[in-house]
Formats: sequence, structure tokens, C-alpha cells
Amino acid sequence: MIEVTAGWYLSLAAVLFSIGLLGILVRRNALIMFMCVELMLNAVNLTFVAAGRALGNLEGQVAVFFVLVVAAAEVVVGLAIIVAIFRRRESASVDELASLRG
Amino acid sequence: MTDAIWLVIALPLAGAVFLHFFGRRLGEPLAGIIGTLSVAASFAVGFAAALPFIVEEGAHGETVMLWEWMPAIGANLEIAWDSLAAVMTLIITGVGTLIHVFSIGYMHGDERFARFFTYLNLFIASMLTLVLGGNFAMVFMGWELVGLCSYLLISFWYTKPSAAAAGKKAFIVNRIGDFGFMIGLMLVFTNFGTLAFDGVFERVPEILDEGTATAIGLLFLVGAAGKSAQIPLYVWLPDAMEGPTPVSALIHAATMVTAGVYLVARTAPIFEAGPNAGLVVAIVGALTALWAASIAIAQSDIKKVLAYSTVSQLGYMFIAVGLGGYIAGIFHLMTHAFFKALLFLGSGSVIHGMHDEQDMNKMGGLLKKMPVTGITMGVATLAIAGIPPLAGFWSKDEILGVAFEYGGVGIVLWVIGLVTALITAFYMTRQWFMVFTGEPRWDKGVEPHESPRSMTVPLVVLAVLTVGAGFLNTPFRLTLEHFLEPSFELVKVAHPPEGWGMFALLAAISVGAGFAGMAMAGFVYSRPREIWERFQQGFGRLWEAWAAAYRVDDIYGATLVTPGRKLSERLAFTFDAGGIDGLVNGVGRAVRSVGTRTRVLQTGLVRNYGVGFVAGLLAVVIWLVVAGGGV
Repeated sequence: MIEVTAGWYLSLAAVLFSIGLLGILVRRNALIMFMCVELMLNAVNLTFVAAGRALGNLEGQVAVFFVLVVAAAEVVVGLAIIVAIFRRRESASVDELASLRG
Repeated sequence: MTDAIWLVIALPLAGAVFLHFFGRRLGEPLAGIIGTLSVAASFAVGFAAALPFIVEEGAHGETVMLWEWMPAIGANLEIAWDSLAAVMTLIITGVGTLIHVFSIGYMHGDERFARFFTYLNLFIASMLTLVLGGNFAMVFMGWELVGLCSYLLISFWYTKPSAAAAGKKAFIVNRIGDFGFMIGLMLVFTNFGTLAFDGVFERVPEILDEGTATAIGLLFLVGAAGKSAQIPLYVWLPDAMEGPTPVSALIHAATMVTAGVYLVARTAPIFEAGPNAGLVVAIVGALTALWAASIAIAQSDIKKVLAYSTVSQLGYMFIAVGLGGYIAGIFHLMTHAFFKALLFLGSGSVIHGMHDEQDMNKMGGLLKKMPVTGITMGVATLAIAGIPPLAGFWSKDEILGVAFEYGGVGIVLWVIGLVTALITAFYMTRQWFMVFTGEPRWDKGVEPHESPRSMTVPLVVLAVLTVGAGFLNTPFRLTLEHFLEPSFELVKVAHPPEGWGMFALLAAISVGAGFAGMAMAGFVYSRPREIWERFQQGFGRLWEAWAAAYRVDDIYGATLVTPGRKLSERLAFTFDAGGIDGLVNGVGRAVRSVGTRTRVLQTGLVRNYGVGFVAGLLAVVIWLVVAGGGV
């Protein structure tokens, strides 16, 4: 039986984070990019919890609560923006949102 | 009344402010009447305040503090009310009132009628600030304000390019003089630590050495030469005749141009500590007197004759105050104010009656058409020619006596004064005959007429003063002398030679010179035009030089104005446009080109920003891992 140490959890978190990061860089759909951001946030949450457990204190879990709350607020605002953009442009592709090009 | 002395300045100032806001609505002639009344009221207050000096001979003046402005440097709003200030105040407000009355008639029909009186009232207030100020700061303030009013009034008809140019010329030439005056004030301040008269004049002997006093005196002379139109800064005054004639009478004959004489008289202790400066003042005055008189001979513009005559007469006053004859100088200032204001107003009446004709060649035979103007101007002509017992005789003779008594250089100045007296008598008589006698040479359609009452009454009043003012200070009864003496306690005032024999001799010589000039002019100019034209041609090139005022304007133009303009152009179009602007534009261009090159980085695509973000993140992580965060 293999013992599941903190290292495993951290590795999983790193993998999840990388997937999210890659998704943000390669996808154009604003909604997908948004989900990738969520993925990255939760990967970080996982490292918090794992580290907290490994170190034997609660601070990591407290931090996770804060992240969850902020992420929820972010989702509300972000989705609202995406919906507003979709209504105007009939598209959720971020490449079309380049009016700030210099 | 001394406590209410501030009213003297406040009344005309209030008039100016009031007319500025409501003058247009009041219209003609109400605005003029209000302007006149404010000056007349100022005269009344001044007269009441001057009574103590008249009643009690030798009464001392006092300084009235109105408001502490900058006590640390002695620059407060304070009024030095002594007999000298009283004389100046009465001349300014008295002659000013008459000229205001005259202007009501003269400016009739002008669309900026009310504005004219606004400026006149402002001028009276400024001039009174100059002569009543109890410290150099106030004098300087008045000095600049009268310059401003002079500018505004010379270019009153600013749509005429020549009037606009004359106003600018007067202002700029005066600035040159003011510069000297200002440096003089700084020297006074560095030496005395205060600008208040009380703290300066009494301490002159203990503080100023002769060199410093001479320097201050000469710098004051620069200022006085600018304001009082002396060599080499006199060129603005003849051009100032572009202004309305009452302005010429008030500002450029009776009051403002005498500010330089007043300044020298007021700062007499400084000139006494540096007598060489005084001597220079007198020499400048004598040269100006002769120079300007010779130019006046050949002028054909009625006002130009009077303008050069004014420059010349101011030269007389400078001779007097330069040699220490302060009372003689102020006496001539006063009589000159009367007869020259009369001459200018008379010429204004002629110009008015001739439908704005100023060329004496186109006049002639006006005595029948304009008797009041003709006779009063005749009186003034006799006065300025120095014929007894008119005012000009007494004051001019006192100045010549002072010069004679001085001896040495004074004798030279006396001779110059005598020659000038002869020339003065000549050109003034010439003017009178050319304008008032002989065949009419009017342009077609010109129908001369006597001016309205509002213009002739001031002429008559001034004629009475011209006859009578001389008796204020005759060797028989020195009323003005005793009146002014308390103001000149700190200095030794120069006097004409003592004794009746000397008086009679000097008077006989100068009256002889006056009669000779008048006789010559009368002999030539009472005859038909062909005769005096041949007489003028007899002078050849000399007459042309006089008529062209020695081409001084051209010389100044070639030596000063044109190089100055070239320098300014080079500074403006080469140095400023190329150098300064190039630097500023270069900085702008550099920033812009950096911006142009870097703007491609801003693609507006989120993923590009994302890549940059991740690349940065990776760099930080690698740095942390490899270098351990620099720890």
C-alpha cells in the first residue's frame, strides 16, 4: 500500500494549476477561460488544505474559505460581464475584444 | 481740513470709478459735468486745506498717515501736505477744472465722451498721488499712473494709426526714464533703509557722501528727463499732440510734464548734497530750451509749435531747479501752467472752429471770426514772450536772475536763456500772426466760428490768471516765496541778484530780447504770405532742419529702434523659434517616437497579455528556485 503524503496532493494541485493556466493561454471562449481560472483557484485551495494538514494547523483551511468567498464574488461579476458582452456581440470570443489595441 | 486731505485724491478717483460704470448711461453732457464737479470739489478741499499756509506765513507742513501699507520700508499711503504740495495741488485741480469745462465743449459729439472724462479724472487723481505722496513709493505709483493715463489719452482716438503709435512711443520713452528713476529709488533705499520722505531728507547730510548723492541725482534726472521731455528723451512729447487738445493742455503742458521739475524740487536736499547733479540738470535744461525753441520756429502745425515750446519752457524750469532756484522753478511751473494751458486751449478752440484743421498755412485772418480766442491767445503770447507785467515775465526773469547770480557756467546758461527768450518771442508771435491776421487761407468749405461758451469761459479765466499770476512773486512782494519757504527749509534756495539796479538791468535785457523777437516776427508775418515765405526760404537748409526737428526721430530710428527691432526679430524667429522651440519640440518628438515603437506591444488580445504574465511568473519562480530568492 502506497502512503499518500502531502507531496501527492501538491503534485495534483500543480497539475491542476498548469491545466488551468494552459487553458487560459490557448482557449478563446471567455466562458472556458473563466472555468480555467476557477480550476487554478481550486488548485491553490488544494495546496492550502494539504499544507495546513501537513503542518497541523488551521490557517490553511481559513485561507481557503476566504478564497472561496472571493471566487464566488468574482464569478458573479465575471459572468455578468460575459453575459453583457455576449448580448452586444453575439460572441464570447476574447479575440474579438481587442478595441484597446495600441 | 488737513485731516480730510485724502479727499483731494479720493474725489477725482471716485469720479473716475463712477464714470467708468455709469458714464455711458449718463451720456452727454452729464458725464462731463460730473467729471468737472469732482475735480472742482477736489480744488475746493485743497484750497481749504491750503488756507493755514496762506493765513500764517511760514506754517509748516505735516504728514497725514492714511493706511500702513509696508511700514518696514517706509512705503505707506501717506500724504505730505506742505506748501509745495499745496501749490501743486491747486495748479493741478484749478487748471484741471478749467480744462474739464473746456472739454465739455471740445469733446461734444464724440462717441466716447464719457470715457474721456473717466480718463481725465483718473489722471487728476494719479497726478495728485504723485505730488501729495509722502514717500517715494507713492510718488513712484503716481509717476507710473500718470504715464498710463498719458498713454490712454494720447491714443484716445486709437482707430487713427498715428495716435496709437504716438501713445506707444510716449509710453516706451517714458519707460526708459522710469528705469533710471527706479534705480535711483533703490539707491535711496539701500542708503537710508526707508522710502519715507521724513526718514530721508533730514538725514541726507549725515548719510550720503557726495558721490552717492550725485549718482542718485543723475538717476532722478533720467526719470525727470523722460517725464518732463528733456534731451534726449523729449521726442515723445511732440508726437503726443495726436491726443485731443484738452489732453495736450492738461497733461502735456500744465501738469504731468512738470512732474520732473517737481521731483527735483521735492528731492532738493539730495541735489544739494551732490551739486554736480544739479548742474547737469541745469545744463540739460538749457540745451533743451534752446534746442526745442529752434525747432518750434519752423513748425507749421499749430500744436507742434506749442509742443516744442513746452519742451523749451520745461528746460527753463530745469535750469532753475538745477541751480537751486527751486522757488523760481515752481513759480515758472505755475505761470507756465496758466499761459501754456491757455495757448493749448486756444489752439483747440481754433482747431475746433476750423473743422479740425491744424496747419497754420491754411489759417489766417481768424481774429474777426474768433475774437475771444484771438485776444486771449494774444495775451498768452505776450506772457510767454516775457513782456511785463504779464506772468511769464516775472517767472522767466527770476530764472534768468538765478542763472546770472550763479556765475561761471551760470552766465553761459543765462545767455542761452536769453537767446531762447528771443526765439520764443519770435515763434509765438509768428504763430499768432499766422493764425489770426492776414488774408484768410482757409480750405474751401471751412467756415470758422467762435467756440461755445463752455470753451471760451475757461480761456478768459486762464487769460486773467496769465495776467495776474505774476504778481504772486515779484521783487516788490515775494508772496509765493514766503509761502514756499517752509518746504525748502533743509536747503539753501538760490535767488536772483539783490538790488533794484541789477533787477532793472537784467529785466531790461530780457525784455529787450523779448521785444526784439516779437518785432522781428511781427515785421515779417504781419505782411502778405509771399514775403514771409521768402523770409523762410532765406534760411535755406537751416529752416528745413528746424522744420524736420533736426531729424532726431530718424536718427533714433536708425541707431536705436531698427537695431533693437532686428535684435528682437533674431531672438524671436531664430533663437526662440529654432532654439527654445526646437528643444521643446525635440523632447516631444522623442517621446512620441518611443511611443510609436512601443505601441505594437499593446495588441488588445487577452492571451498575449496572459503570455507576458506567465512569462513573468515563470521568471520569478526560476529566480526563486535557482538563486533562492537572493537570500
